[in-house]
Amino acid sequence: MNLHEYQGKSILKSYGVAVQEGIVIDKVEDAVEAAKKLTEQTGTGWYVVKAQIHAGGRGKGKVQETDSNGVVLAKGLGEIEDKVKGILGGHLMTAQTNGKAKKVNKVLIAQDVYYPGEAETEEFYMSVLLDRERGRNTIVYSTEGGMDIEAVAEHTPEKIYKEEIDPRVGIQGFQARNIAFNLGLSGQAFKEMTKFVVSLYNAYVGIDASMFEINPVLKTSDNKIIAVDAKVTLDGNGLFRHPDYAAMRDVTEEDPTEVEAGEAGLNFVKLDGNVGCMVNGAGLAMATMDIIKLSGGNPANFLDVGGTANAERVEKAFHIILKDPNVKAILINIFGGIVRCDRVAQGVVDAYKNMGNIPVPIIVRLQGTNAEEAKKLIDESGLNVHSAVLLQEAADKVKEVLA
Amino acid sequence: MSVLVNKNSKVIVQGFTGSEGTFHAGQMIEYGTNVVGGVTPGKGGQMHLDRPVFNTVKDAVEKTGADVSIIFVPPAFAADAIMEAANAGIKVIVCITEGIPVNDMVQAKEYIKGYDCRLIGPNCPGVITAGEAKVGIMPGFVFKKGKIGIVSKSGTLTYEAADQVAKAGLGITTAIGIGGDPIIGTTTREAVELLMNDPETEGIVMIGEIGGNLEAIAARWIKENGTKPVVGFIAGETAPKGRTMGHAGAIVGGADDTAEAKKRIMRECGIHVVDSPAHIGKKMAEVMGVTA
Repeated sequence: MNLHEYQGKSILKSYGVAVQEGIVIDKVEDAVEAAKKLTEQTGTGWYVVKAQIHAGGRGKGKVQETDSNGVVLAKGLGEIEDKVKGILGGHLMTAQTNGKAKKVNKVLIAQDVYYPGEAETEEFYMSVLLDRERGRNTIVYSTEGGMDIEAVAEHTPEKIYKEEIDPRVGIQGFQARNIAFNLGLSGQAFKEMTKFVVSLYNAYVGIDASMFEINPVLKTSDNKIIAVDAKVTLDGNGLFRHPDYAAMRDVTEEDPTEVEAGEAGLNFVKLDGNVGCMVNGAGLAMATMDIIKLSGGNPANFLDVGGTANAERVEKAFHIILKDPNVKAILINIFGGIVRCDRVAQGVVDAYKNMGNIPVPIIVRLQGTNAEEAKKLIDESGLNVHSAVLLQEAADKVKEVLA
Repeated sequence: MSVLVNKNSKVIVQGFTGSEGTFHAGQMIEYGTNVVGGVTPGKGGQMHLDRPVFNTVKDAVEKTGADVSIIFVPPAFAADAIMEAANAGIKVIVCITEGIPVNDMVQAKEYIKGYDCRLIGPNCPGVITAGEAKVGIMPGFVFKKGKIGIVSKSGTLTYEAADQVAKAGLGITTAIGIGGDPIIGTTTREAVELLMNDPETEGIVMIGEIGGNLEAIAARWIKENGTKPVVGFIAGETAPKGRTMGHAGAIVGGADDTAEAKKRIMRECGIHVVDSPAHIGKKMAEVMGVTA
């Protein structure tokens, strides 16, 4: 589950991680007051207005209505309202929003942390994630902060460092010092960095996170180390331990059909193709999407109906798939093992009849227990449903109906 | 011969008296698996499915000599169940449970390194040695006895592959469902190695999916050490980047964990890769020189 920057920062702060302070608002009228309050708390004279959407690249992104960037600087109270107006309520398109602009429902008014002082400011990169191959959490960090880390990895891989954490003992002092040394720090900034790293790692484990990306981590001109941005992803399987974080979910960031499917207990991902599919099991569902592509179509979705493909679930799945006007055909692919194919077939027929008319051809491939009885049931139903037993037959039928 | 489980395996079921445990234990017994008992804390001393229930895995091992365990306990307690099984001396631990928090598995995987045991899963359909023992939730009848071993991250796609292989006239030795989570006990490479070393297995089907690099590691191992033909398939060519496709581990992160990249590496390593999941059986028959 993805969090907004302001939510991620509030959680990090609760674990003692120093963050760029800010106040989140959802109305332009609250901007000036929030800015005043932030000045009282932090002494900041300038403000950074940051769009809160679940996507990176906000600083370079454009709000469609106003042409404002998604992160802008307001040099004083006098500018704050105009800057907020340029972002809040608009639609922000960035390099990471997949060609669609996202509505900005909240903005974060944050303190200016690039103030001048005795030392130069420096930006670093830091993330915490699971090294799947090693089965351990790893801190990945770089002297090249504020940049696209994939580009850094490609062009200057020597500037990316890793610190693997032993889960039996957690992060150790020498590891935090390694990181601070590799980032070229000394004195007060060195101490601050070691504390930052330890707090950050403890937060990662404590909240059941699956990814932290802090880009940039800033050394301020007075040698403080703070998180200027925070991309926090939580492990969905760990949310039962954290109802307060689960409540931070922002469904407006998600595809409404996916939200509806989730509520019905269906594992559904919306795609851009023309053939819908309904499958039992995630691996077979992905394989079915691939078959659609090989048959000349494009998958309109991923949908795992799970083990109990009864009439009610099949009907719900039909509703969800058919919300997409691009869907020209639906392929149902069920491997009946424990679940009997004839029961699934009856479910499909019942769901079809309950819905009245389904405007697109349906191909039903049932294999496994009682597959032949299932095929007979479908063939004799008189509905616009094509049956298949072998996977290749199903692929051929998809090709046929698309032709 | 066979790998991991056979007719001599003494199997206990953790989460024995729950609905999943009860149903699948019943199916396993019907298949002929030697289920010697089960564990449900607090229900020790009772009988269930005509088998004794124990409070702890340790009790069950002492009283029954169990060496294999299958876990059906809910996600919040599953990592604990895995560690309990290892600690009690179980040699093969099969964890079916889906939805275990990643950090729990990081801990459990580290813990069991100190024991002489092998974990299969979690989030997997289990292991079946055709005609001998089913320690899992797969439909047994699909796995006709034969010469081909299967390694797969997925459930129903494994059944699909087994069905195609059987229809191609070859049949199955052992099928290992390694699981679709980011952290699993037995990797693709380890499962392939087990089958390479099994004298009854003459060919291997290796099924992977997007996310991680287990298939690439296995492919490189096969190139160096393989002695039997391998047919491969990777699901998720059409999956978008950055989205989790059902299995917690099935997510494309970078350029190396796409289906395309994995298939390229597998082909370079001499694996017979099929682009269509409908061609797994056909390709295996062709490679083995059999006409269906």
